[in-house]
Amino acid sequence: MFEYMGDRLSNAIKNIRGMGRITEDNINDALREIRLALLEADVNYQVVKEFINTVKEKALGLEVEKNVKPDELFIKLCKDELVTLLGGDYVPLNTNGNPAILMLVGLQGSGKTTTCGKLANMLRKKHAKKPLLVACDIYRPAAIDQLKEIGRNLNIEVFTEGKENPVKIVTDALSFAKENKHDYVIIDTAGRLHIDETLMQELVDIESTAKPQEILLVIDAMMGQDAINVIEGFNSKLKLTGAILTKMDGDTKGGVALSIRHLTNVPIKFVGNSEKMDGLTEFYPERIASRILDMGDILAIAEKVEGIVSEDEAKDQMKKMRKGEYNLEDFLTNMKQIKKMGPISNILKMLPQARQMGLNNVDIDPKDMAHIEAIVLSMTPYERRHPEVIKASRKQRIAKGSARSVEEVNRLLKQFEEMKKMMKLMANGNMKLPF
Amino acid sequence: MGFFNKIKNIFTKDKKEDESAKLYDTGLAKTRNEFVSKLSFLGVKYTKIDEEYYEALEEILINADIGVNTVTKFMDSLRKRVKEENISNTKELNEIIVDELFIIYVNNESLSDKINIKENGKTVILFVGVNGVGKTTSIAKIAYKYINMGKKVMMIAGDTFRAGAYEQLKEWSQKTGSYFYGKENSDPASVIYDGLEAALNNDSDIILIDTAGRLQNKDNLMQELSKMNKVIEKVIPDCNKETLLVIDATTGQNGILQAKAFKEITDVTGIVLTKLDGTAKGGIVLAIKEEVNIPVKFIGLGEKMTDLEPFDIENYIYGLFKDMM
Repeated sequence: MFEYMGDRLSNAIKNIRGMGRITEDNINDALREIRLALLEADVNYQVVKEFINTVKEKALGLEVEKNVKPDELFIKLCKDELVTLLGGDYVPLNTNGNPAILMLVGLQGSGKTTTCGKLANMLRKKHAKKPLLVACDIYRPAAIDQLKEIGRNLNIEVFTEGKENPVKIVTDALSFAKENKHDYVIIDTAGRLHIDETLMQELVDIESTAKPQEILLVIDAMMGQDAINVIEGFNSKLKLTGAILTKMDGDTKGGVALSIRHLTNVPIKFVGNSEKMDGLTEFYPERIASRILDMGDILAIAEKVEGIVSEDEAKDQMKKMRKGEYNLEDFLTNMKQIKKMGPISNILKMLPQARQMGLNNVDIDPKDMAHIEAIVLSMTPYERRHPEVIKASRKQRIAKGSARSVEEVNRLLKQFEEMKKMMKLMANGNMKLPF
Repeated sequence: MGFFNKIKNIFTKDKKEDESAKLYDTGLAKTRNEFVSKLSFLGVKYTKIDEEYYEALEEILINADIGVNTVTKFMDSLRKRVKEENISNTKELNEIIVDELFIIYVNNESLSDKINIKENGKTVILFVGVNGVGKTTSIAKIAYKYINMGKKVMMIAGDTFRAGAYEQLKEWSQKTGSYFYGKENSDPASVIYDGLEAALNNDSDIILIDTAGRLQNKDNLMQELSKMNKVIEKVIPDCNKETLLVIDATTGQNGILQAKAFKEITDVTGIVLTKLDGTAKGGIVLAIKEEVNIPVKFIGLGEKMTDLEPFDIENYIYGLFKDMM
């Protein structure tokens, strides 16, 4: 997600590593690099300026104590400032309402309809609730069909009522939701420009009818400097309660995240990071700031896994990892779970120091996964539990059974051993983080 | 100032007759107002060319999404010219700014900003881009344009992934009076194969292929595009082929990465810059032209099928700076 920004920042900060103390001279280069990096990340010009000034001022005032390196101090300062910029603590969805009403708004093509589906899916999965999707985009050709199809695939009900009057659609949808005991109503509205007065008025009308608990602005993470006009345009008419940042699975730097809350005080609540219907995660400023500074995002992975692995299963595996008893049987189970989590390259990117380990650009072909699975499946259960017994003749049999080469079997076994070691370290908390 | 005077003459003389300039005028009104009012404000606020002036100018250019590299280079060459030509008046500098921006885009080349339509033969246009930029709507607009010119147009629904994409294109084919081919839940390359065969049968002149939005860092999806290209070359080997990259005017620095990645995988011949009717300036196309050398061919100025214009750099810059003249 934020890897590029992280690269620039960590390089810049390297320059002050080993310096005895923080002076204007030795942070100037770092600050210039940070400034360019933030601008290249589409962070709002004013925000960048403010950020640089604050960091500079605070850095120069820092007391360098014994045992603390200046670069570490400087990183911590940048991180704290980034967290402040990103808006402090996580703001959860306000769902006090029966049904709770969520309304999604935004420019054309920002991903509202897809996000509606993801949101409904998440609410149902995580909170065991019964959502209703409401199709209010009466303008874009086939927008209603799109939402219907999403609903059909998710097996979530979609309320449609033709292409006449969005306010009436919402009114009827609400009584429908009450009758049918839906806990959540998610309203998909048409994409519109923030300067289109007629269409903005339509949103105001929908709002005063539905009185939603949440009005969420769906915004493309690739957006440039115009983002601030868009956010302010929507916010001045509608009093947004939050934003959802979409398309974060691209290689965009997503600097818009830094601007949104700081300039408008609208918190980012979710991040969209795949085209799959489970590709929506909660937004935690602390984590994103850490990720920018290359500390990875273990927590996000943990959360992703939570949705898929049962708690007992997870505890059991942690125990095994800690003792170094993790075996290929567990590995096979995990592979199946990982498949459910979406593209593995996304997961790798969230690991701490993914860049240093060269994992940020690792491209894992789903086919490779299938090959690995084939190899493991060609082993006997005993071999999976005791991979150390796999010697030459067993290797040949496994290679034949999986239609892969012996080299590949070797490679897999070696990688598995490495992984086991790393897991042991991580599970015991011995994995060294930057600070 | 060469270019500046040239466009000034063009537009003060023939302004009323020039329909396309007028369309730019209304479509870009929001964009222009903001950008130009800032720039002319700059001339009033700063009479001296000093660091403060440069910083304010840089902010305006960055805010137009022109691209950090491009802006940095631009600022350098501007400083150089100011020094060499001994310029002290900020008003005079406004003209040089327009001039330099034009140079970035044109870069001493003759630009082919037209679609290469094959007379007495078939033209195939493949539309590519990331998700949500307006590929399908752009196809509708371009279909409408060529149908009005008396061409037979065929649309092929190569986006078999996104929910509702098939219906969306189909609806546009009916509105514009185009032929349509699509098959849901199939492999896009095979849909394109069948669609092209259908186009040969109904003797369409222009074939517009919609593709699923794909983020440029998703390798397997990008590979899918080369497969589509092979299909086109196989079914209609003697067609004129264009690949248009659709870019949303609100896109920031990522636009450069998009252009690079798509150009690498498929021979992108031009850009359709969409959603210029908002407040976004789409300045990233200047950086794309400079760094990746892809010209803009069309701009989208609204949601109606008539809201499409051929791109014209002179009009574009004129639209941005009109109030200064």
